[in-house]
Amino acid sequence: MAAHWDFASVFANTDALLAGLAGTLRLFAICLVLGLGLGLVVGLARYAHNRWLYVPATIFVEFFRNTPVLVQILWFYFALPILLPFEISPLAAASLGISLNSAAFSAEIYRGGIQSIERGQWDGARAIGMRWGQAMRRIILPQALKRMLPALTNRAIEIFKMSTLASAVAYVELLQQGKLIASLNFNPIEAYTAIAVIFFVLLWPLVQFTYLLERRLKRDE
Amino acid sequence: MTILKAAGLVKRFGAVDVLRGIDLEVQRGERIAILGASGSGKSTLLRCLNFMELPTAGRIELNRRILGSERRDGQRVYRESELTGVRQRVGMVFQQFNLFPHMTAIGNVMEGLRTVRRKSRAEARARAEKELARVGLADKADAYPAHLSGGQKQRVAIARALAMDPELLLFDEPTSALDPELVGEVLNVIRALAEEGRTMLLVTHELGFAYHVATRVIFLSGGTILEDGPPDEVLKNPRQDRTRAFLASHRQFSF
Repeated sequence: MAAHWDFASVFANTDALLAGLAGTLRLFAICLVLGLGLGLVVGLARYAHNRWLYVPATIFVEFFRNTPVLVQILWFYFALPILLPFEISPLAAASLGISLNSAAFSAEIYRGGIQSIERGQWDGARAIGMRWGQAMRRIILPQALKRMLPALTNRAIEIFKMSTLASAVAYVELLQQGKLIASLNFNPIEAYTAIAVIFFVLLWPLVQFTYLLERRLKRDE
Repeated sequence: MTILKAAGLVKRFGAVDVLRGIDLEVQRGERIAILGASGSGKSTLLRCLNFMELPTAGRIELNRRILGSERRDGQRVYRESELTGVRQRVGMVFQQFNLFPHMTAIGNVMEGLRTVRRKSRAEARARAEKELARVGLADKADAYPAHLSGGQKQRVAIARALAMDPELLLFDEPTSALDPELVGEVLNVIRALAEEGRTMLLVTHELGFAYHVATRVIFLSGGTILEDGPPDEVLKNPRQDRTRAFLASHRQFSF
């Protein structure tokens, strides 16, 4: 059966798609900051020699790396309100699931990046009187971040794409709106194609930007 | 006047005793060359003096102040703020330079002034320019370490240490990682610092340099000080067989 492609029904729903786009970008921004930020904290705890930091961080990483994000989102949305006396919004449930999962994965990227910096850099920093935190912030992390950039870029792309999982709890984002358009207009081909294209158009420039950033960071070589 | 005093310094790595009770007093203005075979504990001694390694036992005094405090089980413990304070007063230059590769030459020299001393950018830059000029690298201020030769890198590292106004400078084999033709430029900078009357401890294999620049030579063997005296004595008339053997092995190809 030859399909008849007609994107008019998609363009007729531009408003709905824009609302979805806004939802996707909001969720992405929240999860990018929370996921990569918390990941740094957990990664530093995993790097620490202190057992009281290392053990909880390791449990966190192993738990969230080895459970599916979709299950976490559904759990936060449907199970958590039964256990605790408050409601949770679809945005909060999706943000929690995606951020915690990203934190677990990026923690390992941070730890590996920090460990890859030569001991001599710590020596150089400590020899001029720097405290641990100063050395980490000024000397170790800037060099480690440069090495981690490709891996962190992958994490950011993953976070962006994982935002579609929020449609499982009816959060208004691109895929949720695509589903809506497809079911109201009986045009799944056009609706889902449009969603895929929108994702590509948003992500591709983001990746190009990080390539640019990588090149800029290489000017000291 | 005594700047630094170490008493009964012991450093153990696992089951290996690297330092077995070092007693050492450093007077202001002294230039002490530390010699010894590889594995004799030279670098570890130096690294213990500014607490890059924490001594397993023993005490260190800086300007007559005993560092750290004794725990009930006899182990000495040190606060981080105390150690960062010591390291600002006891500068160190490494065999592998350990420059910060993501900062320019002047950025490396400014870093301690900015981050540790909290100086303004203008003040830090002025001081860093002065120190780079002192080591002959004023024109390389904006170069990244990757674009400098080994000798230039080590001179930047010396400028970085000098910017903190250390009372005592520790050099850990500063020329051992350099191509032979670059050794001279670094030794000249160190000699100029010696002529200013700076106090320094220098681990080196450059016996000629030690003879001409040091005021005192220490020979380390098996983690203890085997010989300690003026260069003329230790290098020309060593008392111990092991010192004589070491000096002979270092001179076997001289002519």
